[in-house]
Amino acid sequence: MATEEMEQLVRRDYKEGFVTDIESDTLPPGLDENTIAFISKKKGEPEWMLEWRLEAFHKWQEMKEPSWAHLNYPPIDYQSISYFSAPKRPEDRPQSLDEVDPKLLETYEKLGIPLHERAALAGVAVDAVFDSVSVATTFKKQLAEAGVIFCSISEAIRDYPELVKQYLGTVVPQNDNYFAALNSAVFTDGSFVFVPEGVTCPMELSTYFRINAANTGQFERTLIICESRAQVSYLEGCTAPMRDENQLHAAVVELVALDDAYIKYSTVQNWYPGDEDGKGGIYNFVTKRGECRGARSRISWTQVETGSAITWKYPSCVLRGKDSIGEFYSVAVTNGRQQADTGTKMIHIGEGTRSYIVAKGISAGKSDQSYRGLVKIGPRAKGARNFTQCDSLLIGDKSGAHTFPYQEIGNSTAKIEHEATTSKIGEDQLFYCQSRGITEEDAVSMIVNGFCKDVFQELPMEFAVEAEALLNVTLEGAVG
Amino acid sequence: MLEVKDLHVTVEGSEILKGLSLTINEGEVHALMGPNGAGKSTLSAVIAGKDGYEVTQGSITFKGQDVLEMEIEERAQAGLLLGFQYPVEIPGVKNIYLLKAALNAQRAARGEDELPAPEFMKLVKEKLGLMKMDASFLQRAVNEGFSGGEKKRNEILQMLVLQPKLAMLDEIDSGLDIDAMKVVADGVNSLRAQDRAILLVTHYQRLLDYIVPDKVHVLVDGRIVKTGDAELAKELEANGYEGIEESAA
Repeated sequence: MATEEMEQLVRRDYKEGFVTDIESDTLPPGLDENTIAFISKKKGEPEWMLEWRLEAFHKWQEMKEPSWAHLNYPPIDYQSISYFSAPKRPEDRPQSLDEVDPKLLETYEKLGIPLHERAALAGVAVDAVFDSVSVATTFKKQLAEAGVIFCSISEAIRDYPELVKQYLGTVVPQNDNYFAALNSAVFTDGSFVFVPEGVTCPMELSTYFRINAANTGQFERTLIICESRAQVSYLEGCTAPMRDENQLHAAVVELVALDDAYIKYSTVQNWYPGDEDGKGGIYNFVTKRGECRGARSRISWTQVETGSAITWKYPSCVLRGKDSIGEFYSVAVTNGRQQADTGTKMIHIGEGTRSYIVAKGISAGKSDQSYRGLVKIGPRAKGARNFTQCDSLLIGDKSGAHTFPYQEIGNSTAKIEHEATTSKIGEDQLFYCQSRGITEEDAVSMIVNGFCKDVFQELPMEFAVEAEALLNVTLEGAVG
Repeated sequence: MLEVKDLHVTVEGSEILKGLSLTINEGEVHALMGPNGAGKSTLSAVIAGKDGYEVTQGSITFKGQDVLEMEIEERAQAGLLLGFQYPVEIPGVKNIYLLKAALNAQRAARGEDELPAPEFMKLVKEKLGLMKMDASFLQRAVNEGFSGGEKKRNEILQMLVLQPKLAMLDEIDSGLDIDAMKVVADGVNSLRAQDRAILLVTHYQRLLDYIVPDKVHVLVDGRIVKTGDAELAKELEANGYEGIEESAA
């Protein structure tokens, strides 16, 4: 990218009166090569990264937005979006919790979010994050001693370019799908984790991340690599409702597990779902994929999805290594006018590969939810096995649940099992609980939590407790 | 304690109870008997507040309160408890959790604090022993995979823990072998108290050999046609309901 172009871009910004200072501002809406050059420059990226982004951009331009999902939303104008916005300056943000929407604070209370995290989550202008700063420093030291790299993807591109070059885009290629291509071109930040051979990451990568995730932006890019015999448990997201001015979110997450490695990736997603009519809610189009590249490697996805107006998300596993294992445990809750099309793909390539899918969908209000799952057994996947259990629970009579299972079996020795149920939250179950003195609302939450139990027990302990609380808050007023 | 007056109940357009009246006093055990379709289960379901039953006439009062104006959970909190003929399964919800939630909800309604965990466990273990149930029951999901006998015992266990003022037991003897019946009967008998009443809804006299009622009512076609003491049940066993209907007519 030539300097003149860069300058031109800056001038254009001046002319349109949006950006006054390249150091600290926001790009005007629009997407072209200049936008990408600006982002890359902002991030201080090397030339090869910019080229990679531009390559993705050119592929994206030739692609079409997918329409196969069971979702209904107005067309997105990609030129009306701003692709780089620096975090709000402290003086533009709430100065204390007193200035924050009391309703939001009430929700934090209900979810049991620690007091010192509430301010950060609500976007209050606080200098760094008080005690968590020292916590983070301690963490970093511990991680470094173990040889684990955990940093932002931007830092990784600068500091570990060889690792990034070796793995970025190898699980989710640039042109994998429309949203992944867009992300590849314009991603602004995300996380990078590298666990070297034989190392078990000494801590769950969670608390630290939770606080720092508040401003990760709309095009997140995450890359996690576990070398042979390495292990890591990574927790993404937050149970607190996250508000964001950016309506479109298109993240990409890539996981690579080499021989005997184990990656456990847990997500609790609670983006703003919009008001009662679904207005202002987040559109979440995510590509998450892990590749079990090595023999006996294992990748496990656990997700609790409660937020967003639109969710399009299929955390998947490519089981290439012999005897590798892929797992997907999911709870998706929709209420109000939320729509979710979510599920997984298990691609069996290697011999003796196994996959487990447990998906629980709960639809309340006027929401609509689909489970979409693909189990593909390649010709060389001798003795591959899959077990799928897919249960839907309907609350009220205005919600919808759909199941779209796809199976492609290319090897006759494979064994596939699929169980699916759809049930209405039982009037009989409710009556039974209430006739013991339990209120209807508590009864609903008890029954729903029971329904989700198989998945919740896959979550790390502290997350599981929060997830239950979150479910209750999400379903408040769903009955009666 | 419980006063049912001239109760008329309609289910899906057809009248099931046609002017039923019944008075139960503290300390009494009543048995409500009758042929299939007479409306026996309807009465206890209406008292507990089950959906789909329309009261077109009459009243139900419990300790002076208008039961029909109360929410389902309020009725339970007031001490009206129904033991189900077919208890429903609730996958993923541990038995112990339901017990605890129910007990604490009732305590909260009475303005009492939650029972501390050790005391709660002590209480539950004692009652489990009484019902000859293994502690592993507590960790199993509510009624899931329970045998018929286990479900019935579990219903009585809840009664023993929750200590209602009026325990209504709907066909608690159905599907029980003789040993299980004895255990269930022992459990029910241990509930007998000066300040508590029990209403047994049953088809057969057999149960009443083990739980001897103070009063027996015969329900035919939505009305109580005859009331007597424990002897009446034996008479029914010998002559069947038809004999009663004829003598009542």
